Amino acid sequence: MSGDSKLCELTAHELSHLLGSGEVSAREALAAVYERIDEAEAGIHAYVLLTPEVAEAQAREIDERRARKEHLPPLAGVPLALKDIYCTKGIPTTCCSRILEGFVPPYDAHVVEQCRRNGLVLVGKTNMDEFAMGSSTENSAFGVTRNPWDLERVPGGSSGGSAAAMAGSEAIVAMGTDTGGSIRQPASFCGVVGLKPTYGRVSRYGVIAFASSLDQVGPITKDVRDSALMLNLLAGHDPRDSTSIDAPTPDYTAALIPDAKGLRIGLVTEFMEYQGRRVDAEVDEAVLAVIERFRQLGAECEEVSLPHLNYSIPVYYIIAPAEASSNLARYDGVQYGYRSPDDGGDIIDMYSRTRDEGFGAEVKRRIMLGTYALSAGYYDAYYLKATQVRTLIRRDFDRAFEQFDVLVGATSPTVAFRLGEKTDDPLAMYLSDVCTIPVNMGGLPGMSIPCGFSADGLPIGLQLVGKPLGEETLLRAAYAFEQSTDYHRRRAHPIAERNGRRTAVGRA
Amino acid sequence: MRLTPEEVEHVALLARLRLTDEERARFTTQLNSILEHFEQLQQIDTSGVPPMSHAVPMSNVLRADEPAASLSPQEALQNAPGHARDCFQVPRVIE
Repeated sequence: MSGDSKLCELTAHELSHLLGSGEVSAREALAAVYERIDEAEAGIHAYVLLTPEVAEAQAREIDERRARKEHLPPLAGVPLALKDIYCTKGIPTTCCSRILEGFVPPYDAHVVEQCRRNGLVLVGKTNMDEFAMGSSTENSAFGVTRNPWDLERVPGGSSGGSAAAMAGSEAIVAMGTDTGGSIRQPASFCGVVGLKPTYGRVSRYGVIAFASSLDQVGPITKDVRDSALMLNLLAGHDPRDSTSIDAPTPDYTAALIPDAKGLRIGLVTEFMEYQGRRVDAEVDEAVLAVIERFRQLGAECEEVSLPHLNYSIPVYYIIAPAEASSNLARYDGVQYGYRSPDDGGDIIDMYSRTRDEGFGAEVKRRIMLGTYALSAGYYDAYYLKATQVRTLIRRDFDRAFEQFDVLVGATSPTVAFRLGEKTDDPLAMYLSDVCTIPVNMGGLPGMSIPCGFSADGLPIGLQLVGKPLGEETLLRAAYAFEQSTDYHRRRAHPIAERNGRRTAVGRA
Repeated sequence: MRLTPEEVEHVALLARLRLTDEERARFTTQLNSILEHFEQLQQIDTSGVPPMSHAVPMSNVLRADEPAASLSPQEALQNAPGHARDCFQVPRVIE
């Protein structure tokens, strides 16, 4: 290793190798991560809470166990960034909302238990759009996160803090959640790997709910192998989440073969063009080049149209807010979180003031939208209609998967946009999730991996979609493409000074 | 315009949100523009199409009815904005 400063840029499997051979201790790895955070965090703001005391105790324990020659899990000692949507026992969890300020969960989410059990070291909790509602992390109650590749641009959202922590090497692995693209779209904007497993593949016990028929948790990592390693420790049945699927869990790293021989890959027209609007030219070009590369790697590729995907924005923005309006009814100032100091002596008044003062604008907008869509007289026209079109979207996918093993396309129609560019136009913001939303509608596994850079040096993401529980094939296709490129080895260096101001400099 | 400011106020009441005049005006404009975008769904023929409320066809997932450890009253109350005598405390509900 050429000095500690580079340790933070390693992938989990690279670091795990050094930890296993005793070349590097868990404490050294953690120190390297915190050193990068000291340098870069003022510019990026990926974290809303750092947990150095917890992390140092965990790292010390791993080092002691290793010194005793105990057999340790593969990711023991690897520094982890956790989206602030996961309940962490004894550690504040806010979902980046004022309404949960001061909330300290009395229990750990399933994902957190699994990470602790496997010896991962908690660096801190990452920034996100409030209650995961947003595509830019600008809806956080605790400030914006900036894209490490260009600090004037958004990291995507809602898991923007976790994706930025990966791009800026402020942790080794990260966890996000994905309801309409919140893992894949920020992974695309930040040039890292995001995996949303099949709905039900990973337990959501202890994850703060947004839209329960769509929410799924998953890793954001620096490469595909790390994604498979993380899925190995996350996947499995958990009786505490009644939507958790009871299916065998393979070793996902066994699926990582660097060729695509025999794979049938479908390029989804609607991932490249929504209602006649084509994705940006640079994104278009990069994705079409991927198809050529897959052919060289032995895959059969064809274009396929899934026409009902053209309706995914309205379907999603009816279903998700409807579910959210119900899920977020629990924030009433009674059991936890914020309560308005001015309760008016009346309980309805207390609820209303608490919710008005505690929720941000986008959350209120979606609660309003969802309440309206479910209200008497409108239920059939909005909610029922949307759930019927959802069936048609899923049928389109089922039909395509009779012909293809994996579907691909753009993750987002654009590269990372500028801070503030879309904050005044909710509908324009919603459209940045147009390619990722249909995958949640179908409950399918999806990934985003880097597939190029724009002329401005901004990452472009490729989306891959698999059959239900088809994570192995999905990972194989992603790995085959990744290994034929060097995009996953590039790291942003957001601390370099250029022209006298903080800016981002990529390194090939 | 589909939604009037009065309807927005009614929806806010249902959602237990207290909107300022400025918020009410802004939401009326924004919600109308979003709802207008949703109109296109009405073009799709969904007759005979079953609604899909969930991605995984599972229902009535039950567990064995066995006693198990749960949060203590102290743990359950530790985050409450107001509590007294092992209960959550709220403004008067019944006169």
